[in-house]
Amino acid sequence: MTTSAETTARARDLLGVSRLTNRSLTSWLHALPGVDQVGCDSRAAGLRTRSIKTDSKRWAIDLAISMIDLTTLEGADTAGKVRGLATRALVPDPSDPSTPSPAAVCVYGDMVAVARETLGDSDIKVAAVATAFPSGRASLKVKLADTKEAVAAGADEIDMVIDRGAFLAGDYLTVFNQIAAVKEACIRADGSAARLKVIMETGELVTYDNVRRASWLSMLAGGDFIKTSTGKINPAATLPVTLIMLEAVRDWRDEFDEQIGVKPAGGIRTSKEAISFLVAVSEVAGEDWLTNEWFRFGASSLLNDLILQRQRMALGVYSGSDYIADDAPSAY
Amino acid sequence: MSRIDVRKTYKLFIGGAFPRSESGRSYDVYAAPTREGNRAFLANAAQASRKDARNAVVAARKAVAGWSGATAYNRGQVLYRVAEVMESRRDQLIAEVRSAEGLTAARAATVVDAAIDRWVWYAGWTDKIAQVTGNANPVAGPYFNISAPEPTGVVAVVAPQGDSLLGLVSVVAPVVATGNTCVVIASQEHPLPAITLAECLATSDLPGGVVNVLTGDPAEMAPWLASHLDVNAIDLAGAGSLDWAALEADAAGNLKRVRRPSTDEDFTATPALSRMTDFLETKTVWHPKGR
Repeated sequence: MTTSAETTARARDLLGVSRLTNRSLTSWLHALPGVDQVGCDSRAAGLRTRSIKTDSKRWAIDLAISMIDLTTLEGADTAGKVRGLATRALVPDPSDPSTPSPAAVCVYGDMVAVARETLGDSDIKVAAVATAFPSGRASLKVKLADTKEAVAAGADEIDMVIDRGAFLAGDYLTVFNQIAAVKEACIRADGSAARLKVIMETGELVTYDNVRRASWLSMLAGGDFIKTSTGKINPAATLPVTLIMLEAVRDWRDEFDEQIGVKPAGGIRTSKEAISFLVAVSEVAGEDWLTNEWFRFGASSLLNDLILQRQRMALGVYSGSDYIADDAPSAY
Repeated sequence: MSRIDVRKTYKLFIGGAFPRSESGRSYDVYAAPTREGNRAFLANAAQASRKDARNAVVAARKAVAGWSGATAYNRGQVLYRVAEVMESRRDQLIAEVRSAEGLTAARAATVVDAAIDRWVWYAGWTDKIAQVTGNANPVAGPYFNISAPEPTGVVAVVAPQGDSLLGLVSVVAPVVATGNTCVVIASQEHPLPAITLAECLATSDLPGGVVNVLTGDPAEMAPWLASHLDVNAIDLAGAGSLDWAALEADAAGNLKRVRRPSTDEDFTATPALSRMTDFLETKTVWHPKGR
């Protein structure tokens, strides 16, 4: 769909330069307004205190479940575990068929085929992490091969990591070129393309200003989604960081009339936290983002807590772990 | 110059920490009435909500694996340590029990000593209960057949409402001695000895979450604990004045073990084993015999 050359040409247009250089990218990114860290933290804390109850809570829980990218990214992943996870996505709560399914199953590239097979022709997408996840420390050639294999195996979405080393060293052009090249690698044989999520690993970016710059750089380079973290680094998805990214996608659409998705990933474990993220989406980016087309949670244990809450609201009593499916039975 | 009072904030005990109630509520605690009928104000205690009870169950569930997996010998040592720490706080406990229940100094001392001795008694039982209640069963075949007791899991306890310390210890110690974890609703009217007991527990190597102490209205919290699907048993010792039959019906939702309210139980007497055995499950193992 979008080749690397087209992405670069568009970036030149947007920046109004004749040649895309590291200097032009630097002056564009560093011209972005700085983030007021204290203000951002306190705004996030304020959004956390919103009280969402009864019908609104019920709606929010179902929405949050439908936004989950159900994830397993362990060295110990087996085909059986991935099948278990995919089955869980198909039937999140066997005791209540009205429970919505998560948006996608997120696995390593070599597990894409297994996940795809289990999910069959359901609407649930298969997302694959690629580009030498989680460190991103590999040559571009390796990263592109990683991506192409996952796409060929049937991945609907690719979660790539940026080169944080290059970003922190100020080499924005390298980061841009790599994202644009991976974007091109997402094109399938039939001309359609997998959606590209760009993981910025905000826990390694040190400052909120860097998060804002990385968000704009990722969008400029053709990312369809900007994603906080790999889930392998602490801190992972925090509310203030997500707030900055939501502001970035909102401003991007105002400026260039293109909608970009946001995916906080890692560290979101409770329904209460998930709902505070939804409040932030609604308040900062707007209701257009309140769908799993434009907002996702990268999580594994969050689904269990949402289902416990859902059961609690349906049954009127507190539920327990005996009443939710175990998506990683050790017998596999 | 007179010194300004340093007043203590009495809080809940959940997962080894001392949080305030998530509801932000507290309630007034008064001393036992004097002969003239006056009741002196003692303190504000945290008034736990159903969500605090839920959090306590989560903490108790988390602690099950570690506590039930600890060796019986180790559990005994930890429980004995509780007695040691209580002994060093003996004067404080006596003063609190005395003002709460309106006892004489001598009577309060007897009660506190009995409570400390009760921990020692149950500490001794931790590595003996399996021998006493377990069996080698004779079976018709070349097998060893062995039955051994195992803890049932998370136990909710409504503590006796009158006997604020000895009653509390008498219902909590047997539950945790065998490897269960518990969520206990302390005496509503006399919660202060329970909080001091919690401070003893927090400083005696007991892993966080094994005992969780809630202060507040049992009528508000008990139904949520009784119906909670992640609670395995409920001891209604102090629920005599509540609609405990309804609580027992709620508890049937996940087939909880239920111990009914005890009427006029004498906590100073040597206890029967039933407070331990009521919260145990029997596991039977078959093992082939060699020649």
